[in-house]
Amino acid sequence: MEQFLQQIVNGVSLGSIYALIALGYTMVYGIIKLINFAHGDIYMLGAYIGYFCMTYFHLGVIPSLLIAMAICTLLGVIIERIAYKPLRNATRIAVLITAIGVSLFLEYGTMFFVKANVRSYPPLKGILTHSFKLGSIVVTAQQILIVCITIILMAFLQFIVKRTRIGKAMRAVSLDRDAAELMGINVDNTISFTFALGSALAGAAGILVGIYYNSINPLMGILPGLKAFVAAVFGGIGIIPGAMIGGYFIGTVEVMVAGYGNSMFKDAVVFAILILILIVKPSGLLGKETKEKV
Amino acid sequence: MLEINNLNVHFGVIHALKGISLKVEEGEIVTLIGANGAGKTTTLRTISGLKKPTDGTIFFNGNDITSASPQDRVRMGISLAPEGRRIFSSLTVLENLELGAYLRRDKAEIKKDISMVYERFPILKDRRKQAAGTLSGGEQQMLAIGRALMSRPKLLCLDEPSMGLAPLLVQEIFDIIQDINRKGTTILLVEQNASMALQIANRAYVMETGTISLSGTGAELMQSEEIKKAYLGG
Ligand SMILES: Nc1ncnc2c1ncn2[C@@H]1O[C@H](COP(=O)(O)OP(=O)(O)OP(=O)(O)O)[C@@H](O)[C@H]1O
Ligand SMILES: [Mg+2]
Repeated sequence: MEQFLQQIVNGVSLGSIYALIALGYTMVYGIIKLINFAHGDIYMLGAYIGYFCMTYFHLGVIPSLLIAMAICTLLGVIIERIAYKPLRNATRIAVLITAIGVSLFLEYGTMFFVKANVRSYPPLKGILTHSFKLGSIVVTAQQILIVCITIILMAFLQFIVKRTRIGKAMRAVSLDRDAAELMGINVDNTISFTFALGSALAGAAGILVGIYYNSINPLMGILPGLKAFVAAVFGGIGIIPGAMIGGYFIGTVEVMVAGYGNSMFKDAVVFAILILILIVKPSGLLGKETKEKV
Repeated sequence: MLEINNLNVHFGVIHALKGISLKVEEGEIVTLIGANGAGKTTTLRTISGLKKPTDGTIFFNGNDITSASPQDRVRMGISLAPEGRRIFSSLTVLENLELGAYLRRDKAEIKKDISMVYERFPILKDRRKQAAGTLSGGEQQMLAIGRALMSRPKLLCLDEPSMGLAPLLVQEIFDIIQDINRKGTTILLVEQNASMALQIANRAYVMETGTISLSGTGAELMQSEEIKKAYLGG
């Protein structure tokens, strides 16, 4: 039982990171029906920006987090403007291939500048090195930090999407782009804003993972990116709460498999889940079964 | 108010509008009728900026809006209740109406206009918290019109507002259109239901495969043999 609870604690921490990445996938998919394969690389860049802030500028976790989020926001918008916006009326497959190209560009571009070697985050100081014992369950301060930051960011995102003008515009554009134009909504700006939000969350996830696992490398975005994508599909792609649930679910499953079974299978299980969803309920947990519009 | 000159629109190789010209004067109800595929929807979509013309000009209140963005056109006072209603189905009725006022910042006035829409369509008030997709066809049409009114348009374009509605409801919608017009909004109405459209219209244009084949006052066209044969079932 205690081991189980310990795995839950670890799963929730990892799940927070997946959830943050999955949100960007799902929002971008919701608004332009693009699986943005470069999204995992934004997360990687967030980890590197955090690394540089903390190692060379000796900034604290929170300032580094904010800087990583800001720069990732900017990168997300630039990528959208340069790579995806010119393809607004292109076929979906053309945009998808472009996304893969952007992803490779970011991975190997980063490798060119920072080299391929693994780097480690500087050791944390003060309260962040503590861990707390509840019976035999250990909760580290880092885990608490990850979960708290994730919850704050999610609450902030919910507020933006539900309560603000631009959030309403996002929902309108994702439901019916033409109708949104007729309301006077600037669709291009709304799409850029969606990329901005998603990229900010991915940037945050990057630095949190750096803190949690300590080591980063230019290809670190690939696997978590794919897993977060599975999380988004699990929850119902395009649905924001679905991405949150999916992230926590995938994180927990992965930790459980590694803990009880064989950690060699932890990645395979995630993709087995993807195949299962696609067979059983392709629209995901919260998705409505819709007939494909012809 | 609205003046279209020699408008040409293509979809790839399809020449959907072949140099049409038409005018709508302030205060009028003008109707655009014609068979399926004649280009009526394309005309309205081009007026509202969703479709870019390949040639020709569109003037609104003296301004050349041919290449203006849809947002600018809404701001200037052009509003479209599109074909098929296109309401935001998973948003509530109230949220749909609020989106209609997206470009406006006058919160108090927006509230007033929402109550005005509710007065005009009391059923929408009862349903205001409900997802718009759960409304009946007639209610959705009312919402589409109400939403289009929320930008306080000078020119309201309606694309087949009677489509798929029971006869009684069609009459109600036409009464409402006349009432909106009486309160000062100019109307450009696309309709399949030619006889009813001609009855309430000051003037009418008949479209045929991308061109305007006939125009005149509503009364004139109702008497025209061609129209009777083609659109009025006799
Ligand atoms: N998105 C599109 N792509 C290609 N062709 C189109 C498109 N939209 C319209 N067309 C073509 O343009 C022509 C005019 O279509 P439009 O929808 O304007 O007709 P309409 O008069 O509104 O017809 P209906 O009464 O059936 O609504 C048709 O030949 C149609 O096939
Ligand atoms: Mg039409």
